[in-house]
Amino acid sequence: MTPPRERWSAIEIAFWIVPVVAYFALPTFRTFGSQVFVAGLFALSLDLILGYARIVSLGHAAFFGLGAYTAGLLAHHGFGEPLSGLAAGAVVAALAGAATSVLIVRGQDLTRLIVTLGVGLMLYEVANRAASITGGVDGLSEVPMWPIFGVFRFGLDGSTAYVYSLVVLFAVFVLMRRVVRSPFGLSLRGVREGERRMPAIGVSVTRKLVIVYTLGAAIAGIAGALLAQTTQFVGIDVLGFQRSADILIMLVVGGAGYLYGGIVGAAIFMILQDRLASLSAAYWQFWLGLLLVLLVLFARGGLIPLAEGLSRRLRDRRAKRGRGPQEAGGG
Amino acid sequence: MLSHLAGILFDGVAYGALLFVISIGLAITLGLMNFINLAHGAFAMLGGYVAVMAMSRAGVPFLGALAIAFVAGGMAGVVLERGLYRYVYDRSHLDQVLFTIGLTFMAIATAAYAFGPGQQPVHLPPYLTGQVNIGGVDVGVYRLFLIVVVAAITVALSWLVEHTRFGARVRAAVDNRVAAEGLGIDVTRVFSVTFALGSALAALGGGMAIDVLGLDPTFPLKYMVYFLLVVAVGGGRTIKGPLIAALILGVFDVAGKYYVPEIGSFVIYALMVAMLAIFPNGLFGRPR
Repeated sequence: MTPPRERWSAIEIAFWIVPVVAYFALPTFRTFGSQVFVAGLFALSLDLILGYARIVSLGHAAFFGLGAYTAGLLAHHGFGEPLSGLAAGAVVAALAGAATSVLIVRGQDLTRLIVTLGVGLMLYEVANRAASITGGVDGLSEVPMWPIFGVFRFGLDGSTAYVYSLVVLFAVFVLMRRVVRSPFGLSLRGVREGERRMPAIGVSVTRKLVIVYTLGAAIAGIAGALLAQTTQFVGIDVLGFQRSADILIMLVVGGAGYLYGGIVGAAIFMILQDRLASLSAAYWQFWLGLLLVLLVLFARGGLIPLAEGLSRRLRDRRAKRGRGPQEAGGG
Repeated sequence: MLSHLAGILFDGVAYGALLFVISIGLAITLGLMNFINLAHGAFAMLGGYVAVMAMSRAGVPFLGALAIAFVAGGMAGVVLERGLYRYVYDRSHLDQVLFTIGLTFMAIATAAYAFGPGQQPVHLPPYLTGQVNIGGVDVGVYRLFLIVVVAAITVALSWLVEHTRFGARVRAAVDNRVAAEGLGIDVTRVFSVTFALGSALAALGGGMAIDVLGLDPTFPLKYMVYFLLVVAVGGGRTIKGPLIAALILGVFDVAGKYYVPEIGSFVIYALMVAMLAIFPNGLFGRPR
């Protein structure tokens, strides 16, 4: 029998039915949908680092970009097998994550901000300078993909991309759901709640943080590889600061530390961006900034805790009404 | 060759001096309130635009425009500190980062809307252009001007911190906020004043930086990592720390871009990684 915390609640199952319904209900949005899933996967990877390890990163796009370039370059040079491309993206990003994690876990918040920011900027510069390999600011085009399992071709209507990204997102999500509910995940929660106390019960905080940071980097690499494969193009903006900031915003809009927050936030963010940015790029940035300021001032923790609070209040009110007027004043 | 080296050193010091003026406010905010203000560069940008507008629209001379920028930055600092910032002091660093990135985005969008996305020109007065020969080394007059102004500011700041009652309050609040409050020091007010002063200095630096760093709406993001580095390496507990950090950064950045242009900005990032690896708490940091 599955232990209770492994069980899927009705709301979780409903959540995953939505994209399946959307596939049939909104056939013209399949390409856009696959981009939402890529962003959701990327946000999920940041959730591990921010929501579970409390590391504030301003350069998470570094790993996303590494994954994108790895998969893109593999296909560009004639090896367009999708699944091994994803794996290669994950490995390269994980190596980079492990290498930089040494600096990340040692420092204070400010040091972490700068190191993540600096690593991101540095990789952007590398991609920019190595234009003969990466295509520089023009981007890497001619990224032909082989059919998945030799059967499903990436077509223009985005159906294959949609299903492929959704399946990858779901697979990684299930894995992450297991990880955060495992003993390892519980000790991570311990680190989050009391970083100073964990060593006292024999847990090496540093090692946990290194593992989680590397894991987050690997998943970001998968997300990047997925973007390169589904769009068959790698633009240099995969490594840009704006992408790191955007993904952070998506995650905190939804709520960090729930796994679902990033996916919800990514969907909301991408739809808003699709609608508003077409008006003017500068306006979009203004509204994005205002959204952040308001979010911090009035909606701490993002939409998921906000919704939880609302539903709890509704439930309380309903319970009070059931109990009668005398007891209602007590709550 | 040797005069070359001296020239680069000189340019690097001037560049570092500029970074110091812009970043010192950020360092104090961090040291005093443990507050990470990523929007600090926006105050520098504000100073830059105020100076440009004062010169081009109102015909104010360059030095007058810098003074106006200083005042405008201080006023913006007071308004924002009292109106917005104080609500997020006791929040987590994540909230502070999100909040100040939000403000930065709004500042960038507003600047792009008001002044367009392009670089702003600055016309230096004739007495600040050209070169002079000091001890066999040709140095730019404007760079010399930067160094002199920043040196004067540094002396004034040190005097303020070391020899005035206000400075004593600042030092007390940085050392131990709770104890300082217990002694009757109004830390909130001390902080408001230092925040305004830091913003004013950033705006002044922004005005002086147009000729060196340029001025366009992305300024706060483009140089954010430099300002943060000055603070992370130099720490927020002294004036000396950020000054030395800024000078090291300036010299290495200029030297790197001159001697190895093909890897240009990597020099500074490599230096940063090395420094933070050796001193995770900064050069003058107190381990927590």
